[in-house]
Amino acid sequence: MIVSIEKCHHCGACVGSCPKNAIFLNDLVLVFSEECNRCGRCVKVCPVGAITMEAKK
Amino acid sequence: MKKIETDVVVVGAGPAGSMTAKWAAKGGADVLMIEKRQEIGSPVRCGEGIARSWLDRVGITVDPKWVARKVKGAKIVSPSGKHSLMIDETKAGNEVGYVVDRVFFDKALAADAARAGTKIMLKTSATSLVKEDGKIAGVRANSYGEPVEIRAKCVVGADGFESQVGRWAGIDTTLKPSDITTCYQYRLTNIDYDPDYNEFILGSVAPGGYAWVFPKDENTANVGLGVLLSKLKHPGEVKEYLDRWIARDPRFKNGQPLEAVSGAVSVCAPLDSVTTDNLLLVGDSARMIDPITGGGISHSCLAGMFAGKVLAKGVQANDLSMNTLQEYENAWREKMENSLWRDWMAKEKLITIPDETLDKLVEAVSKVDLQKITVHSLLAAVKQTYPDLVKEFEDLI
Repeated sequence: MIVSIEKCHHCGACVGSCPKNAIFLNDLVLVFSEECNRCGRCVKVCPVGAITMEAKK
Repeated sequence: MKKIETDVVVVGAGPAGSMTAKWAAKGGADVLMIEKRQEIGSPVRCGEGIARSWLDRVGITVDPKWVARKVKGAKIVSPSGKHSLMIDETKAGNEVGYVVDRVFFDKALAADAARAGTKIMLKTSATSLVKEDGKIAGVRANSYGEPVEIRAKCVVGADGFESQVGRWAGIDTTLKPSDITTCYQYRLTNIDYDPDYNEFILGSVAPGGYAWVFPKDENTANVGLGVLLSKLKHPGEVKEYLDRWIARDPRFKNGQPLEAVSGAVSVCAPLDSVTTDNLLLVGDSARMIDPITGGGISHSCLAGMFAGKVLAKGVQANDLSMNTLQEYENAWREKMENSLWRDWMAKEKLITIPDETLDKLVEAVSKVDLQKITVHSLLAAVKQTYPDLVKEFEDLI
């Protein structure tokens, strides 16, 4: 997952919505853990569209 | 690694955390409250509207420092804007509302907790639970970039919407898309509006949620909206909904933003359990937000007080098992569980109603003489006029 630091408000909407509890917000930095299964819920829940899914490798 | 020992560690210094800390410390427990941000109360993630009635019950004294504006009541506006329901001071008695400054409100509650003996650490985020022989024995955290182990008899998850602490402990706080409302708000100044009412606008301006105007001063208000996640189609849509609404409402023609606020709230049914051995959840992390209003501060403060009192007793008895914490579970459920269920069912219904019907509903209810600004009184009025809409949960009204 790619986070735009220009758009992110560090609000935690993605963290609490993640069904795998795979996102960690350390005040200003969003980190995705290996638990992430790319369900895309964080992409949709972000009020400002700061998260995008990178193309599958 | 640095190690700290305490009776209770509270993760998160919002209203729920500070109230829990305060009442636990008051009762003689050693309490450490950790906050991941560098400032308590900031960044704001809230519309800041609260009712007046519950503050006395939890021992909060109103301080002009955190009251931005006293409002005369609420105004509920139908989707077309043609009908509105005014619930004013004269009808509402004591139930007038405040719009607060969370930056000051949260600090005031944390200061109360500190006066009761709570220690506070900023820029400290919990990263995992400490377990000993399978039992929860504290949290690991990162404090100013350094790892720290905080050993405690009980962990309090007051970590807000994120609700990570509970999930680490195996309490399922996972939400469905239809139980998440995602929000965006500006503090908009230079607007031409009625600064005496908290306004709620229903319908497709904010699908599955509502739009709000909460007065901060004569020409500044929190102008925001929340949309149900299950009604969203593409990324960044919530900000677009807000920008579109602001662009077409003439009151905001010359408005300029002073602050942008982003966030999400849970609008779910109450959880089955918010406690386990040596750990409890309180406030938004325990999904205690009212599913109709999206308001969480009163529930957070009330539950925090209950939790703190039970924790103090448990520390004294040196027993913070689930059995001891059951008293907290019973206390918050007695006060909120029924209304949370009722409002969740009402929300489930409300999100299916098209704009035209909502217009008729607001028109009909506006003709009923209401005494109080409560979800209960509004639902009772709906029951009088459109009994079919509330049939499935009428026993809870």
